[in-house]
Amino acid sequence: MTTPPLKTLVCLKRVVDTETRVRVAPDGREIDLAGVQFIIAPYDEMAVERALQLREAAGDGRVTVLTVGPEAATKELRSALAMGADDALHLVCDGRLDAAQTAALIAEAVRDRDLDLVLCGKQATDDDDAAVGPLLAAHLGWPCVAFAHALDVEGRTAVVRRELDGESEVLEVALPAVVTAQKGLAEPRYPGLKGIMAAKKKPLESRRAEPPAARTERVALALPPARGALRTVEPTAEGLRGLLTALRDEKKVL
Amino acid sequence: MADPLLIYAELTQGAAGRTLKRSALEAATVARRLADAAGARVVALLPAPCPEGEAALFEHGVDEVRVAPASPAGRYLLEHEAPLLAAQVEALGPALVLVAASPAGKELSATLAGHTGRGLVADAVDLAPAPGGYEATKPVLAGKAVATVRVGAPAVVSLRPNAVPPAPAPRAPARAEVARPPAGDRVRLREVVPAAEKRRELTEADVIVSGGRGLGGPEHWGLILDLAQALGAAHGASRAVVDAGWRPHAEQVGQTGKTVSPKLYVACGISGAIQHLAGMSSSKVVVAVNKDPEAPIFRVADFGVVGDVHQVLPLFAQVAREFLGPA
Repeated sequence: MTTPPLKTLVCLKRVVDTETRVRVAPDGREIDLAGVQFIIAPYDEMAVERALQLREAAGDGRVTVLTVGPEAATKELRSALAMGADDALHLVCDGRLDAAQTAALIAEAVRDRDLDLVLCGKQATDDDDAAVGPLLAAHLGWPCVAFAHALDVEGRTAVVRRELDGESEVLEVALPAVVTAQKGLAEPRYPGLKGIMAAKKKPLESRRAEPPAARTERVALALPPARGALRTVEPTAEGLRGLLTALRDEKKVL
Repeated sequence: MADPLLIYAELTQGAAGRTLKRSALEAATVARRLADAAGARVVALLPAPCPEGEAALFEHGVDEVRVAPASPAGRYLLEHEAPLLAAQVEALGPALVLVAASPAGKELSATLAGHTGRGLVADAVDLAPAPGGYEATKPVLAGKAVATVRVGAPAVVSLRPNAVPPAPAPRAPARAEVARPPAGDRVRLREVVPAAEKRRELTEADVIVSGGRGLGGPEHWGLILDLAQALGAAHGASRAVVDAGWRPHAEQVGQTGKTVSPKLYVACGISGAIQHLAGMSSSKVVVAVNKDPEAPIFRVADFGVVGDVHQVLPLFAQVAREFLGPA
């Protein structure tokens, strides 16, 4: 079956690079951003890629990218435009937002838009909540499938595959719907020079957004406790038996 | 009397048959502790009949089990479970709804928070009372840091599997049958494809054996599967291995794969890229096998075996079978 042209919105978040070594900022609540690189959250980038692939398969359609975040997040929107998205919407908002606030702002901004599909990454790789997609679907009153590792569209139905309890489910979802991306959905392309040049001229709407009151508050951030000293195990039968004894009797993990 | 606490007791599904997940008993344990502090009752919603599961819930601090008929889909489907859970939340007005932070549980808890406007904390590893609500501890940045988050009641919290050991706290059984509200039909199950090989859910496994590029090629993966079998473990893979196409995405452990916290994590031929360490460093005990004594994986390991995985793993599997008996 051929892919129909779709109006797709992809929500993405500016996050610290996954290679970042984390330090806690002096406020004891956030990470120290000095010298940190930012990227599009990796699962969000997979969602952008799949939206572009579906548009290319249909030969028509529109891919809009959206972010909620500081002024600087324009860079991540431009990156998505360089990959091939058609236009961008930036809801400018400073400071920490929880998933519920983010989803509420997105819902308010897109409620009256004519959309077939909203894609998000399964989770942003900073707060790791995996919540914005389902929250947004709840606000919009749309069906939702989280953790999709494959997505196709047949007519007015999205066909989504995801893994649950070690089995792969194939779900049929009536559009419009919200789908969140798990690894495997698509391998993000690198924007070429042409894409980067074209992105500079693509429409990017930026407006201030006032979040609703938060129902959660982060009160502290800490590094995980350090492990004890490494115990060396000889790669011999005797060494490994000693290891198994320690794992069973001392650590009680076997 | 204080508002009750409600847990959604997740069941396994599909080929494995219908059994209560251990994560439900973990949620019951946390709920019991909080309920005792508040003088409240713990109610569990069981989304399908499961007598053994019911008994286990009563053994772990649940005062009342509400049993729903099985979903018409025969398995978890958000369109069916969200209205069921919402109806019980409406009926009970619980101060807290506790759900396992499994893939299904994360989807369900966020949906409930969206529909009810309750505050949400996802993927908590601990939960304590706080003025006006709760204080949760949750890993962020795939475990590179741990955040303390306050949420006002009424709240929804998803609890990471394996974070809290289930504790017995027997209660007198009280049971009610509840109806399923009409479900939406916008999501339908077309088919269920069983995994090509028996695969345990990594995020809920007690023991995980993971392999990396040090294996040398997919043809050597039998070494990982054999050791996993000997230890009764689930098996995972590093990003390098998944990106190289040796193993499926579902097995990837790391910041762009699965974040796991088993009791025991055995890393074999994994050098320990920061994004892999992020995904497994909350494991209780880490054993690393690597021929390079300088590999970063040893910095997060409790036990280190310096040696070639091709020699060490077969020996390790053999010794484990002698030591533990046939798995």
